[in-house]
Amino acid sequence: MISHYLSLLVKAIFVENMALAFFLGMCSFLAVSKQVKTAVGLGFAVTFVLTITVPLNQLLLNHVLREGSLSWINPAFATVDLSFLVFLTFIGTIAALVQVVEMVIERFVPALYAALGVFLPLIAVNCAILGGSLFMAERDYALGESVVFGVGSGIGWLLAIVALAAVREKLRYSNPPAALRGLGLTFMVTGLLAICFMAFAGIQL
Amino acid sequence: MLDKKSKAVLLDPLFEDNPIARQVLGICSALAVTTLVAPSVVMCLAVTVVLIASNVSISMIRNYIPSSIRIIVQLTIISSLVIICDQVLKAFAFGLSRQLSVFVGLIITNCIIMGRAEAFAMQNGPKASFLDAVGNGVGYSLILLFVAVTRELFGSGSIMGYTILPLVQNGGWYTPNGLMVLSPAAFFLIGGLIWALRAWKPAQIEEELVVHIDPPAHVDSTRQAA
Repeated sequence: MISHYLSLLVKAIFVENMALAFFLGMCSFLAVSKQVKTAVGLGFAVTFVLTITVPLNQLLLNHVLREGSLSWINPAFATVDLSFLVFLTFIGTIAALVQVVEMVIERFVPALYAALGVFLPLIAVNCAILGGSLFMAERDYALGESVVFGVGSGIGWLLAIVALAAVREKLRYSNPPAALRGLGLTFMVTGLLAICFMAFAGIQL
Repeated sequence: MLDKKSKAVLLDPLFEDNPIARQVLGICSALAVTTLVAPSVVMCLAVTVVLIASNVSISMIRNYIPSSIRIIVQLTIISSLVIICDQVLKAFAFGLSRQLSVFVGLIITNCIIMGRAEAFAMQNGPKASFLDAVGNGVGYSLILLFVAVTRELFGSGSIMGYTILPLVQNGGWYTPNGLMVLSPAAFFLIGGLIWALRAWKPAQIEEELVVHIDPPAHVDSTRQAA
């Protein structure tokens, strides 16, 4: 049992890395990776939100949206199929949760709020978060698995953005062709990083 | 036919202010679906349709949206449009919709759509927003199709499934480039494309010194206090 969760965790962090294998959350990945310090802040915020939203959406999916999942209210609802509402529900959960998390952190942990402040609202439209929930739905994870998957994919994204930020801090001292400076070079570095992460794809779990 | 301003709104996103190469919006899907041409075409159409519909509808109600809840309102409109798109795809192109898997849903968080809604449709009328949406949709499609055609042609020797370069394993002469099928190829292609675009239009070149994104001033004061 534990080994199953452990292999799921390693798979989510390395083999199926959100950023470098599925290219999710790329916009903020490229935009906020100029400095390691800010990258770490955003990475932790994403991990935190993923850890909560994936299991929450799993519960919603299996107890409200799936065909027949409403039968716990009344057996007459056994044929109701709301699964076309999946997107709307998931994004609603995420947007609402990000708002709630923002308020809770502001009230109880002001230091953390100050450190994350700018990035928290941005997370609602980070596709890594919605992607996490959609992958969970597609692969039919159970509740425990979805917690592990949420944590793992968050950590994977954190690792990837910190690695890219560290490379970009050093790149400032390089002297590329003028037209390649900035965005173009970042794309190529990310491509090389993605190739490095492909080495993990051979791991059998 | 169009006055000068409308023309700029329509044509600027193609090369001058391309959503992918210049505004850095909508990268995720551009990278993930471009191994083959057919899913990329579907993706371009879906994004452009959703972009036009969302830009027009958000611009029509822009004076009634309270600014404090505008993100949620925009997300609701966009996700309703994406649900329609997804249902249409499932009904008429089931195989392709399987192939695109979660990426149809991810149109909701495609930053082009949110970005244009926030940056353009909230300030401009429906007609201008429509033109802006068409321009950005086409600008996005241009890059996506260029990457997809290159990757499929050199990675699998075909375009839209029709053989162009006969592969060695089918008795032809072309040894496929394995890198093109892999995902990092998209990064190199877009990186090279940005390089070419900026060599052509030097105004887009970034400043020599990388601008620091400094955290807001109060962060440091709390750090020092702690």
